[in-house]
Amino acid sequence: MWLNPSNPQLNREGELHHLLSLEGLPAEILWQILDTAKSFVGVKVKKVPLLRGKAIFNLFFEPSTRTRTTFEIAAKRLSADVINLNISASSSTKCESLLDTVDNLSAMHADMFVVRHSESGAPHFIARHVAPEIHVINAGDGRHAHPTQGLLDMYTIRHYKKDFSGLRVAIVGDLLHSRVARSQIHALTTLGCPEIRVIAPKTLLPAHVEQLGAHVYHDMRQGLKDVDVVMMLRLQSERMQGALLPSAQEFYKYYGLTEDKLALAKPDAIVLHPGPMNRGVEIDSSVADGKQSVILPQVTFGIAIRMAVMSILAGSRGVSGRESRVKTDNHGSPVTRDS
Amino acid sequence: MKIHIKGGRLIDPKNGVDAKKDVYITAGRIVAIGDPPNGYVANRVIDAAGLIVCPGLVDLAARLREPGFEYMATLESEMEAAIAGGVTSLACPPDTDPPLDEPGLVEMLKFRAQNLNQARVYPVGALTQGLKGERLTEMAELADAGCVAFSQADAPFADNQVFFHALKYAATFGFPVWLRAQDAALARQGVAHDGHVATRLGLQGIPICAETVALSTILILVRETGARVHVARLSSAEGADMVRQAKRQGLPITCDIAIHHAHLTEMDIGYFDSNSHLTPPLRSQRDRDALRAALADGTVDAICSDHTPVDEDVKQLPFAQAEPGATGLELLLPLTLKWAEESKARLPHALATITSEPARVLKIDAGHLTPGHAADICIFDPERYWKVEAGALRSQGKNTPFLGLELKGRVRYTLVDGQVVYEF
Repeated sequence: MWLNPSNPQLNREGELHHLLSLEGLPAEILWQILDTAKSFVGVKVKKVPLLRGKAIFNLFFEPSTRTRTTFEIAAKRLSADVINLNISASSSTKCESLLDTVDNLSAMHADMFVVRHSESGAPHFIARHVAPEIHVINAGDGRHAHPTQGLLDMYTIRHYKKDFSGLRVAIVGDLLHSRVARSQIHALTTLGCPEIRVIAPKTLLPAHVEQLGAHVYHDMRQGLKDVDVVMMLRLQSERMQGALLPSAQEFYKYYGLTEDKLALAKPDAIVLHPGPMNRGVEIDSSVADGKQSVILPQVTFGIAIRMAVMSILAGSRGVSGRESRVKTDNHGSPVTRDS
Repeated sequence: MKIHIKGGRLIDPKNGVDAKKDVYITAGRIVAIGDPPNGYVANRVIDAAGLIVCPGLVDLAARLREPGFEYMATLESEMEAAIAGGVTSLACPPDTDPPLDEPGLVEMLKFRAQNLNQARVYPVGALTQGLKGERLTEMAELADAGCVAFSQADAPFADNQVFFHALKYAATFGFPVWLRAQDAALARQGVAHDGHVATRLGLQGIPICAETVALSTILILVRETGARVHVARLSSAEGADMVRQAKRQGLPITCDIAIHHAHLTEMDIGYFDSNSHLTPPLRSQRDRDALRAALADGTVDAICSDHTPVDEDVKQLPFAQAEPGATGLELLLPLTLKWAEESKARLPHALATITSEPARVLKIDAGHLTPGHAADICIFDPERYWKVEAGALRSQGKNTPFLGLELKGRVRYTLVDGQVVYEF
């Protein structure tokens, strides 16, 4: 299949063929997804027949309940057949290579793979090796990207704030390990958000994060001043082991979102969290359940976003016939690889 | 056997020769350069018109994968790759399985290589038993068996005391020690340069301080012990600066870079191209430019291929899981020429970094064309393009970030000991 060499998620017509990352996607595609999602939010009927007869494989190489469930619900509302595979518990432990797993599943006539993997880049790898008619959706890979989460966050912001052009957005917490934060930053810059702030201790920030288009703050009180949107990130408890943080208590004291810190933001600021939350670690219960929290609407919108992505991918012209797959060699010339 | 190499442009950096001169070989040795000896009648005349005749290449790091990793490559396949790349002498690191830590293993490797009658193999012995960084190997015995230097490959020392003692012991006998400057803890789980590409792609970074912290330890211990140390495969601007200063202060150190690092940067990872997963990692453009400058001013003594043939099964994986390394023996010459052309380096200087300079690091009699010495010669067509693709590579490893690229410079003849071992 002839994928676009400058962005392997697009086909030669510039249409979305896979959703692997929000980086490098044109704003029109993001708006198209957000608009399509909006049309699904209003729908009262439980099922629409857009994906009838399509087989969607949820390939979860890393355990997840919430994301997998929302993808499953989204696919079922579109009338697709959903097959859930928790591969962490089957092939990986039997040492089957990822390539073999993908080849086998491709042979089962899948139309779409929804992939969650602990390695950054695994969905790119799979997308490079699947048959040309199969679409790959990244449901979270390592620290790299979680594009549907980023999109549902954008949907939520747009729902409450209407427009990105005047917004000041803060992303708080463990950015170093966060695929969610990376997708949020790419989406915000693409959609025209003028000011993105990242707030974290130096140990939880990746190198050169400012090159992604974010302003760095280490003092949460300064960083939250006059923001319109606060996006909290989940803090994994294992971060205490790698000498990145001394304790959850100290993190909460300096980087946990409490009512008094939130008071520094604009009075109508909204609070997002990708879940699952660690109450009392990165966010106080009174904020999580407070009137500025939009954490539960995020979950609802998440289903609409996933329906939108699946229906757009299924509707793309795709490609006809099985041609040789193409990958760029980083020097501009295309390299043909056998599958 | 008498061979007359006729009409080529002879470039012999060590002897300061760059002129159209013929080479005359008798019984494995160069007998004359320029004019033939009296009564010379050649058995074979090699027409080198339009070609460059230079000393056979000397490669400071070529993994032959034996013993232990024969599924990735064999001595046969990689020695074929060496001569196809014009490489007539190569040093192989001890990171085999088992590592080269016993004289028997070294003797076996040398014996197997000698029987192939191709390039000359110079094993680098393990500095510690099993490369575990805990107990010293029998260095003197290993040297008797043929080891030219001692190294920890990419394995760390258990602690700095072992490191300190290893250098002192090696210095006792004057054995060179080859070290990679990378602090194992600072590089832990890292797979790419700790820069904006790793940040974007969500890959664990290897910070530059992993190199500079290790390098400062090395330099201090060299000062303390007087050991002769060669720093293998520098990757950063800061690292190059430290070596430059240390050399100015007269420390007995030399260093090399891998040819990939003279060309590529972190950007070449693109969308998780596992062929660009290398050790050390490809760093920023600023680092690449600084390494090129360090080559130009002699801070970096030599360029090596860092030849690492990797099996498809362990390369065709998500980036971080893929085995690092790239095949390199057949790319060393054309990529060195490419660097010379792009940096406007003089050809004799460029060729010195892959012939006479690495020979000086190895302290071997190679890398020059002098009457009375062995005729190890590379004859190449500097204008001929060829495409890097699996079918064009003799090495069993087809893994290289340059796959698909057209490169200029094709080896036409390789001679070892006055025998034509490769021709194209």
